[in-house]
Amino acid sequence: MTGKTAFVGDGDSIMVFKAAGVAAFAANDAKKAREILRSIASEYSVIFLTEELARELNDFLKRFDEEPYPVILSVPSKSGSTGYGQECIRRATERALGVDLFKND
Amino acid sequence: MARLNVNPTRMELKKLKARLSTAVRGHKLLKDKSDEMVRRFTEIVRKNYKLRAETERELSETLRAFSVARSLVPVNEAEAAFSMPSAPVSAECGVASVMGVAVPEVSVTAGRGGGLPYAFPEITSEADAAVEQAGKLLPAMIELAVTEKTMRLLAAEIERNKRRVNALEYVMIPQLEETIAYIKDKLDENERAAVVRLMKVKGKAAE
Repeated sequence: MTGKTAFVGDGDSIMVFKAAGVAAFAANDAKKAREILRSIASEYSVIFLTEELARELNDFLKRFDEEPYPVILSVPSKSGSTGYGQECIRRATERALGVDLFKND
Repeated sequence: MARLNVNPTRMELKKLKARLSTAVRGHKLLKDKSDEMVRRFTEIVRKNYKLRAETERELSETLRAFSVARSLVPVNEAEAAFSMPSAPVSAECGVASVMGVAVPEVSVTAGRGGGLPYAFPEITSEADAAVEQAGKLLPAMIELAVTEKTMRLLAAEIERNKRRVNALEYVMIPQLEETIAYIKDKLDENERAAVVRLMKVKGKAAE
């Protein structure tokens, strides 16, 4: 199966990926992003989402945690990393193991 | 602990013993599965953590570089240039299995065939470089996406499995053991009663 990649984020961050061959969808707020995600979730197998949007859509994104596809990844936008991704890893670790492996890092 | 509501008969006893041995075996298997999943999970999570730190740093750099480069060009021109359709990156998607959990497996097959999708002389070479860098970064980003998804799926499965192990260990098995003990007691009691009765009958007959 051949999958497609998409990038959902604010106007500035997505432009460079558009040029690099990734389908780009502009979403300036969480509501718009949710709509876009809902419509493209079955079509694209890898979807990148900027951290600002991912943080707000945390609960919505959980429903994608049960199936292998689509793969949704939060990535920092041009304003830099907010630590949301690291936080997600920690939360998943705590959920599975009951301890935070990265407390000392 | 509540015992099961069953008749204290030999038939039930036999059935319950079979169920208990299945439960014990299942518990052991699930526990082993849990241990192995945790081991794999730890590996994946460490890889994920490292990969994310690297990718995030590079991506931020790229985006910042691009943002600066783009700001040197009038907005409408940049919009037009970067809206040109470019050769899409295609990725091969499959499903792999980690401890029986279906996880995604993606490999980038055809990257962009070189060259930029626009040819506007207005776009600065810094922007070109940023686009190039973003293209190079893409496989790493996809790998990170897959690793992270695997981690999430595995975390959910570990949680589910833990619940099963606990249900067996703290509910199912004690319940069965208690019920078996109860039935045994009852049967012994019945037997003693029968012996006493027989002795009494014999005594009466001897009189």
